[in-house]
Amino acid sequence: MNVPATLKYAKSHEWARLEADGTVSIGITDHAQEALGDIVFLELPEAGRTLKAGEECAVVESVKAASDIYAPVSGTVIATNQAAVDAPETINSDAYAAWLFKLKPKDGALCSAELAALLDAAAYTQVAGSE
Amino acid sequence: MTILTTPLHASHVRLGAKLVDFAGWDMPIHYGSQIEEHHAVRRDAGMFDVSHMLGIDLSGPAATPYLRNLLANDVTKLVLPGRALYSCLLNEQGGVIDDLIVYYFTPGHYRIVVNAGTAEKDLAWMEARTAGYDVRLTSRRDLALIAVQGPNARTKFWHAYPASRAASEALIPFQAAFDGDWLIARTGYTGEDGFEIAVPAAQAAGVWAQLHSAGVAPCGLGCRDTLRLEAGMNLYGQDMDETVSPLEAGLAWTLALKDERDFIGKAALLAQQPTRQLTGLLLKERGVLRAHQAVRTARGNGEITSGSFSPTLQQGIALARLPAAVAAGETVDVDIRGKLHPAKVVKPPFVRNGKILVS
Repeated sequence: MNVPATLKYAKSHEWARLEADGTVSIGITDHAQEALGDIVFLELPEAGRTLKAGEECAVVESVKAASDIYAPVSGTVIATNQAAVDAPETINSDAYAAWLFKLKPKDGALCSAELAALLDAAAYTQVAGSE
Repeated sequence: MTILTTPLHASHVRLGAKLVDFAGWDMPIHYGSQIEEHHAVRRDAGMFDVSHMLGIDLSGPAATPYLRNLLANDVTKLVLPGRALYSCLLNEQGGVIDDLIVYYFTPGHYRIVVNAGTAEKDLAWMEARTAGYDVRLTSRRDLALIAVQGPNARTKFWHAYPASRAASEALIPFQAAFDGDWLIARTGYTGEDGFEIAVPAAQAAGVWAQLHSAGVAPCGLGCRDTLRLEAGMNLYGQDMDETVSPLEAGLAWTLALKDERDFIGKAALLAQQPTRQLTGLLLKERGVLRAHQAVRTARGNGEITSGSFSPTLQQGIALARLPAAVAAGETVDVDIRGKLHPAKVVKPPFVRNGKILVS
C-alpha cells in the first residue's frame, strides 16, 4: 500500500497536503482508488464554495460504484483539477499526483488544528489495512 | 454461510484477481482493470469463469413435453441437434423465476443452464413440476464452465486446442456439440462471438492455463456486466424478477404465445396489459447511470434497472423500466444525487460485435 509520509489522511480515504502558500490540496488515497477500480467520472465542488471539515463535497465514480468525498479541512475552494476531470483514470495511475481540489483556509490556526487531527501515514495504513 | 468456490478459484488467486461475493460464490470481479478486460473482449479475446452457473441435464421420454409446459419459449423450435434456446422460467402469475439457456441434443435429452443465485430455487421448481412426466433432472456441479468471448475467441481456442476444431468449426450461433467429455457451445453473454465450454471440473485449471497461453485474457465478472449491458442483455434480479412480467422486461421476443401450447404463466401473460417497457438510456452529459435512479418523463416516472459507464461508448448507459408510451428518441431526465440530467431513450442493444449501434 502506497501511503506517503508527507501527507495527512482522513478515515474516509482522502489525503490532504499543506502547500507552501498555505492552501491545502486534496485527493483520494491509493488504497481508495484500488478499492474503487477504474475511475470514470468526477463531480467536484465549484470554485468559491466554502466547506467545513467533514462536509460532503465531491463524488468519485468508478465503473463499479460512486464514492462520496469529504473535505478533510475547512476552507474555500480556490481550484479544481480539470486535467483529472478530463482524464479520471489518472487517479488510478497516481492517486497522489492527481489532486481533486484545493482549499484556502480562512483561519490558519483552525486549519493547523484540523490537519493535526487527521491521521498520519502510519495510522492511516492501519485503518486501510483493517478494511 | 460458507462461501462457495469454483474449480478455478486457485487459478484466480494465482492471477491476482480481486475476489468478491457474487450470489454466495467467491468470484473474480477483475484481475487489474475492468475496463481493459472489457476492451479485450470487444477487440480480441477474453475468458470468464462462469462455473457458478448450474448445468442441469434433463433426460427421459417425456423431456420435450415437460419443457413445453415448463418454459415460456418453445423447445420444438430446436430442430438441429445441439441448438440452444433462451427462455424465461415463469411462475403462474407470469413473473420471471429465472432466465436460462436450454440445449437440445435428442427429444429425450436436454441441458439447461441457469443462474447461480437462483439455481437451488430453479431446481426445486423444476423437480416439483415433473409430476406426470417421465423425466429425470441431474445437477451437473461436476462440470466447470468457461466462456471464451471476443472476435478472436474461436481462433484462439482452436490455437489452444487444434483437435477440438473439427467438433466446433461448423457450429452456428446458438448451437453446441460434444467433443469427448466437453460440450462446446457457440453462445455467450457479451454481444461478441465465442464459445462457452463445459469441461469436467478436474480439467478446468488446465484449460484455463492453456487458453491463457494462447493469448486469451482472463476477465472478471465486472466487465461481464458492462459487456452484457452494452449488448442489451438482461440481468436476472436486476432487470426482471418474480414480480416483473417478461412483457415489461423487454423479453416479449422470448415468449412463444401464438400457438395452442399451454405453459406455466401463459394464462397470466395473455390477461396482461403491459403499462411499462424496458428501454435503453444514453446519458447526454458526462457521468454514470446506476440501478435504481429515478427517471422522469412527460408520460410518468420510471426507474433504471441496470446502469453503468460504457467503456465502448465512453458514456453513461442504462436499461430502464419506463411508461409504455415513451418512444425511442425522446429525452427524459434521470435523477442523479438530486439533480436532473437529460438522457436519450434508445432501443437496445448499444453495442454488438464491436460496433456501436446507438447515437
